[in-house]
Amino acid sequence: MKITDLLAAPSELTDSASSKTAIVLMTRIRLARNLDGRPFPGRAKAAQRTQVLEACRAAVVAASPMKRAASAVVDELSELDRQMLVERHLISRELSGSSGQAGVVINREQTVSVMINEEDHLRLQVLRSGLQLKKAWAAIDGLDSELEERLDFAFSPTLGYLTACPTNLGTGMRASAMMHLPALVISGQMERVVRAVNQLGLVVRGLFGEGSDASGSIFQISNQTTLGETEEQILQRLGSVLNTINEHELNARAKLLETDAHKLLDKIGRAYGILQYSHLLSSSEAMNLLSLLRLGIDLGVFPAVARAVIDRLLIECQPGHLQHAAKGRFEPGQRDVLRAGVLRSEFANFTKPDFMVLGRN
Amino acid sequence: MPSPLKCDLCKQPATVHLTQIVNAKVHKVDLCETCAQAKGVTDPSGFSLADLLLKASLNPGPSAAGLRCEQCGATAGDFKKHGRFGCPRCYETFSDLLTPLLENMHKGVTHTGKVPCRALERKSLYDRLTKLELDLTEAIKSERYEDAARTRDEIHQVRESIAPESGPAKR
Repeated sequence: MKITDLLAAPSELTDSASSKTAIVLMTRIRLARNLDGRPFPGRAKAAQRTQVLEACRAAVVAASPMKRAASAVVDELSELDRQMLVERHLISRELSGSSGQAGVVINREQTVSVMINEEDHLRLQVLRSGLQLKKAWAAIDGLDSELEERLDFAFSPTLGYLTACPTNLGTGMRASAMMHLPALVISGQMERVVRAVNQLGLVVRGLFGEGSDASGSIFQISNQTTLGETEEQILQRLGSVLNTINEHELNARAKLLETDAHKLLDKIGRAYGILQYSHLLSSSEAMNLLSLLRLGIDLGVFPAVARAVIDRLLIECQPGHLQHAAKGRFEPGQRDVLRAGVLRSEFANFTKPDFMVLGRN
Repeated sequence: MPSPLKCDLCKQPATVHLTQIVNAKVHKVDLCETCAQAKGVTDPSGFSLADLLLKASLNPGPSAAGLRCEQCGATAGDFKKHGRFGCPRCYETFSDLLTPLLENMHKGVTHTGKVPCRALERKSLYDRLTKLELDLTEAIKSERYEDAARTRDEIHQVRESIAPESGPAKR
């Protein structure tokens, strides 16, 4: 299977969203692994990188979760394909920009991807829609054990899996959840959440600094530390923090409805109007509007089935996907026209908001 | 008016200020817009303050400064510059430099997670094979043929358990 065929097929992220994925959009776990006795990709010479690529690729495509997988050398992919893979969280920006002897293997469902010669020889990743830390761990643990049958990993009994950067040392595991937290952003509580989460050894990624507002109010929360705890302990800590954040978000929503309902409903109603009638939409504005509609769905203003549409559009509005659908290369300004067009047609027949659900008109 | 903060990496005026508290320790980083972009601070998928701190605050002591990894040739200076090691062996070479960093970076300094059992088992078998092969040469040299025969059988057994399917084809 080719990467281009894969990109045309439905994926876990764009097509599997269910009503359970209200606040946590997606769970991801990645493991960093290296082959023993070989320089890490950053220091390896071209010939060494080629050897590692071939050895890893053969082992990965032979693993049972990778049956009918697509595999490619990054150089051979078009810039647009690479961009789409980044937008689907299947490869990293670092891999996308790498030159020579870097590869990727992705399963058909687009739930498992393995990057070769990124920062480490191997970066395994499992992705699931919604909050599924246990299932994601079981899947990646199984894949890792299968690879271990065929590859000798660099491992120290005291330091664990040895990685190019010591921040990944030990388990080599980074588990993360992508959360939709619009009420915490609107009510200005996000900064406090970020601080609290950091104190627990976890990281919130998004746009920091002055605004502290991520496009679409979507944040990634992941473990910062990888050494000194078992994988299960890390996942448990992350899981309990995610549940707490989930509760805070729900409370913030209830509070907004109680104290400032008109302001909140106005935002949702306007977002609906703009998505139906605008002719120019930047990526960030589109994300923010879709985020408000997603909030509307959670509040019952729109039917729950529409959530899958929004989650698909959150990805399809990204520059790579937009250009792929329009079959061409477009400047940012032209893309804003395209994006607005796509959204106008998607929302032309979208269910009208029902604000009465909330006992208001 | 106080002078504006400078970027920790390039000394241009800093416009991005990050604060992170890990294990009750406050870490602060000031960056200019260019470095913030380059380090992926504005990229929601790729930013870790720990990586930045590692690079910004890394100062190998005089004892570590002259070290060079035998396997890959990486120096303490390379580690300071990139925040990355060159190969798995670097972890032994630069262990003095690393240990204090790990204490700040992680929950503990000892791995308690998953162990690649199959790979370790395989490694110990390879080590055993190397030793047996030496024994065999030694036994033949000193004309201890009974020992040699026994060692050869053992070698055969170890080879079988390493890769049963790739042994000599049975007819």
